[in-house]
Amino acid sequence: MNIHQISVFLENRTGQLAEITKLLAESNVDIRAISIAETADYGLARMIVDDSHKASTILLQHGDILSMTPVWAVEVPDRPGGLSELLAVLADAHVDVEYMYSLFAHKDDHAYMVMRISDEPKFISTLGDRQIKIMTKAELDLK
Amino acid sequence: MANYYQPEIETMPYEQLRQLQNERLLKQVQHVWDNVPYYRQKMEEKGVTPADIQSVDDLHKLPFLTKADLRDAYPYGLMGKPKSECVRIHSTSGTTGKRVMAFYTQHDIDLWEDCCARAIVAAGGTKEDVLHVSYGYGLFTGGMGLHGGGHKVGCLTLPMSSGNTDRQLQFMEDLGSTILCCTPSYAQYLAESIHERGLQDKIHLKAGIFGAEAWSEDMRRDIENRLGIKAYDIFGLTELSGPGVSFECEEQTGMHINEDHFIAEIIDPDTGEVLPLGSKGELVFTSLTKEAFPLLRYRTRDICMLSREKCSCGRTFVKMAKPMGRSDDMLIIRGVNVFPSQIETVLLQKGYPANYQIIVDRVNNTDTFEVMVEMNPELFSDSLAKITSAEKELVSALKAMLGISAKVKLVAPKSITRSEGKAVRVIDKRKI
Repeated sequence: MNIHQISVFLENRTGQLAEITKLLAESNVDIRAISIAETADYGLARMIVDDSHKASTILLQHGDILSMTPVWAVEVPDRPGGLSELLAVLADAHVDVEYMYSLFAHKDDHAYMVMRISDEPKFISTLGDRQIKIMTKAELDLK
Repeated sequence: MANYYQPEIETMPYEQLRQLQNERLLKQVQHVWDNVPYYRQKMEEKGVTPADIQSVDDLHKLPFLTKADLRDAYPYGLMGKPKSECVRIHSTSGTTGKRVMAFYTQHDIDLWEDCCARAIVAAGGTKEDVLHVSYGYGLFTGGMGLHGGGHKVGCLTLPMSSGNTDRQLQFMEDLGSTILCCTPSYAQYLAESIHERGLQDKIHLKAGIFGAEAWSEDMRRDIENRLGIKAYDIFGLTELSGPGVSFECEEQTGMHINEDHFIAEIIDPDTGEVLPLGSKGELVFTSLTKEAFPLLRYRTRDICMLSREKCSCGRTFVKMAKPMGRSDDMLIIRGVNVFPSQIETVLLQKGYPANYQIIVDRVNNTDTFEVMVEMNPELFSDSLAKITSAEKELVSALKAMLGISAKVKLVAPKSITRSEGKAVRVIDKRKI
């Protein structure tokens, strides 16, 4: 089961990201993961938040441009080589990762990677075969 | 099914119209010769006297007036009536550093308002209509011109002026405005505001009369779709009276020039030579009836074309194409002529809002050319690659239209200031 990612357009201006995070903070939205992609002139922030509906409503009211994208949260062993093994599995199965970043949360000896995948059915079956766990919203305590 | 305000004039057979123009021109040349020493001197320098002008065919013998003449003669040098006979002035904004001041007798105002009334009636206006005038009132001619026209037609005329959008929408809703008059950029802004507030069902506009700015055909369609109206173009210059020098009929294929009051010529802007009908060149106007500020052969710097093809509306007045832009608006970037309206056309075609800003600068003797474009929600994605490729597509479409490369800078929505009067589209930082 996938989770929702919010992407926000950032124009190249000092303080824009600070404004957005402040808005979310004021509404008590918890940011669980964030990653920034940028060109010379603009960028975008990709975020996983605890309440994506609330966050997107706030940001839209603020006049931001958003897009909601389904992404996957995958469990990775939290030890040297954990990520490498996961990526090797995907590479062997010819599953492309468009981008990824890590969730802030840890549990026991596991970390979690957020992934955007183009061939989702193949991704799911590959991870299923290797018994690699895809996290659900409930397991991550996301609304 | 045409709507006329003064049918006997608007549909006058061409021969008869020409005869009227001949009579009025002779009278006007004599009036200027007798009362405007500045122009008389120009005629004398050219060796022309009123006797040399026997008909419109002799018009080319007269000297031109330019913006520079208006500046030299500022403020009273081109007046054709003593101040005691004048009842009003209007003035341009002077944003290009050349403020123009124009004078009116009561008779001048009366004829100007007739011209505006023709435009309102051509847009379907009758005494049943509520005319919402959001052009600026004051020195700018837009507000008071359409306002006077509205009175002549008998519309319930709302002197809204520009600005205070909430009040604009409130009046539109409460009084049931049917015809909106403002600049096209403000119409777009109002349309956006109506949609944002979800007022589409409460606003009952049927037509709009938009002018005082260059705007593209795509922008027209955009405004028409968003407001659910028919959008009519109107043209004018403070120097000649104000809006209503020409106006559109329901055919929307050019603006009929009020030829009983103005003679239009197209000239080669470099040589001053008069070009045949249908040629593209600089528009020159001769005012036939203005008493207080009677300009002969005034060079507008607008680049456009005239056509006398029969119009389905029945009017016999010559039609002028939408000017490609005032040569005042035209930018010369790396030696290439660029009109902001061309940029607007491309943006709308590619799905971006037509609210943009052009920034020109000169770095190391080369012009830099940047277009700030607002990001559109539909074009946004979580993938930088997709956004960049849409941006590249826009860059190449601009290049195809303009012939030179522009740098596109995507900015946040609504971050470019919306205008309530004339839009500030160009920031030229070059010190030439």
